[in-house]
Amino acid sequence: MTPPVESGALELRPIRGPSAFGGEARRFWNLIWLTAAADYRTRYLNSWLGYAWSLLRPLLFFLVLYVVFTRVVRFGDQVENYAALLLLNIMLFQFFQDATGSAVRCVVQRENLVRKMQFPRIVVPLSVVLNALLIAVMNMIAALLLIVAIGVEPRWTWLLIPIVLAVLCLFTTGVSLALAALYPRFRDVEQIWSVAARALFYASPIFYPIEFVPESWRGIIAANPLTPILEQARIWVIDPGAPSLLDAAGSVAVLVLSFAILAGVCILGLRLFEREAPRVAEEL
Amino acid sequence: MSLPIAAEIRGVSKAFRIPTNQAATLKQRVLHPLQGQDYRSLRALEDVSFDVHRGEFFGIVGRNGSGKSTLLKLIASIYKADTGTIRVAGRMAPFIELGVGFNPELSAYDNVVLNGVMMGLTPREARRRFDEVIEFAELEEFTELKLRNYSSGMRVRLAFAVMVQVDADVMLIDEVLAVGDASFQERCAETFTRLIERGKTIVLVTHSMGNVRRYCHSALLLEGGCIHTIGDPGEVAARYTEVNFAHHRQHRGVRKPGQRRGPQAEPLRLARITDAWLEKGSRERTTSVARREAIELRAQIELDEDVSDAHFALEIWRVGGGRLFAPFASPLPPPRAFRAGERVVVAATIENRLTPGRYRLNCGLARPAQEGGEIPVSPIVGVPFEVSGERIPGSLTDLSHEVRIEPHIETEVLRS
Repeated sequence: MTPPVESGALELRPIRGPSAFGGEARRFWNLIWLTAAADYRTRYLNSWLGYAWSLLRPLLFFLVLYVVFTRVVRFGDQVENYAALLLLNIMLFQFFQDATGSAVRCVVQRENLVRKMQFPRIVVPLSVVLNALLIAVMNMIAALLLIVAIGVEPRWTWLLIPIVLAVLCLFTTGVSLALAALYPRFRDVEQIWSVAARALFYASPIFYPIEFVPESWRGIIAANPLTPILEQARIWVIDPGAPSLLDAAGSVAVLVLSFAILAGVCILGLRLFEREAPRVAEEL
Repeated sequence: MSLPIAAEIRGVSKAFRIPTNQAATLKQRVLHPLQGQDYRSLRALEDVSFDVHRGEFFGIVGRNGSGKSTLLKLIASIYKADTGTIRVAGRMAPFIELGVGFNPELSAYDNVVLNGVMMGLTPREARRRFDEVIEFAELEEFTELKLRNYSSGMRVRLAFAVMVQVDADVMLIDEVLAVGDASFQERCAETFTRLIERGKTIVLVTHSMGNVRRYCHSALLLEGGCIHTIGDPGEVAARYTEVNFAHHRQHRGVRKPGQRRGPQAEPLRLARITDAWLEKGSRERTTSVARREAIELRAQIELDEDVSDAHFALEIWRVGGGRLFAPFASPLPPPRAFRAGERVVVAATIENRLTPGRYRLNCGLARPAQEGGEIPVSPIVGVPFEVSGERIPGSLTDLSHEVRIEPHIETEVLRS
């Protein structure tokens, strides 16, 4: 009983079980892209303002901080272009916060898919980051228009913003991978990260410029990988005269340290996720 | 004769770690850094090896917890095997559940594309096949609707349509046939037959022995993570019933302390078919019968008990197409009693009105039941065979017929 065979013999390929990567590169990117797009379209579903919320949320947050630090605490008055600086920083940090915040639970949220489908596991956290990045790019364009409206001259260095976003995206991905890998086994990660993300907000030069930080604290703030990213964005977008990365860090050692932490987080995140990916379907 | 292999499973074992103390929080980790998490190991599969051939409809059956779903997920690359190797030829798509990954907030279109890509299509292919998917699912009027407004039946139809259009070489299906109404199941059956005829391979996990007998070319019975029986679907289905039956009785029956666990009595089994084959010409074995050539079945039977009123039961199944012929069991001529230990060869000649294609002949020994009908007293054994010749599409039987032209008769002549 020979079955009718329509094409030539297919080669037997080993099945190695689920992994973080694996499979065709094109399918990999298609999956990340399609999942991110689907997430984006369903995110603000049934809300009255829809997509506008992705821009409104950081804008409203900006307004709150701006009022607090210029009217209540009267601290922003001493900074040149405070409104523009605050807006830029909030937009950048919002991306980091959105992506990592949703990355924590992403694998568990897609439990059904992870337990019943075969695909590179890293697609799940990466699509979350991509989704946040899409919003961040649009928000960045809106923010730049507002910054012009506030009175900052556009500069050619604005064209370099993608570099800043790319480095920020790298760090965000590293953190997201680590969180997504740990959460299925240690549910406390969610609580810890909600506090840690807030701590990072205050430990980054977002609503204050780096030069306002007392010398004794400068090292800690500057070791935060977000600091050089935000500082470089400030130099390129608002004020070329702002302290250079080296000046902001205070010493070469601290600057190197902050980049080392960035690289370390990325490698750690990737390693953790690769380690957990083969068994994550069983742990859920 | 060796068919190309579609899936090769060699020495596969799998154990799950079950945490014994439930709460695994970071605090415990921090407070007791040296005391590792306690795990109990649950062996789900142990040293399982088998091949699935290309173009085969392969059934995996077993009681709940026997490891069949785990096995499917291992082949599907959703779980990772602890030991052993699995190799699959061509594109493989798992259907552990229909409609996994459907997003209720998106339209049918978006879901079909996303699901198609999940299963290995490119976005372009998925978009191009959308119309066919919708047509197959009979949802032409509802393409704009969000999926959450679909009825569950519509969702199942859509999911099944995507699965079919994905066109994977090896399809791993878990209990899909159980959902949907009778007409949907009929569609499933037709579709599976068509896919098999095109050389696709289907591995189906199921609890329905009817489906195993009806569709499968061969089957595998798992029991406690090991292969219990593999091979003929009729045999596997019979063993499944036995295993279930024994298990049932074991749990209901009162056991004396120290008594050995195990079935206390075999289900009614008085004989065994030690061999069954088709013959052609002078005692030559064959698996292929020419069109319209009579089918000559031989079955060697070994009696385990005395049987006074043995009948020979046979049935013909079309592979993937259901039962075509099941005459009331014929008394073995002359009516005679068999003694335990006796060995006989039963010969049956069956007229061949089958269309060219693949079939299975099941045979076994039966006895008339008191309440009418008959009860099998031996395991059923299946003999796969092929009717060779050119296919007659759309036809179930090959009846002899004659067409001729008769002289035209004028109506006036008739009237007069």
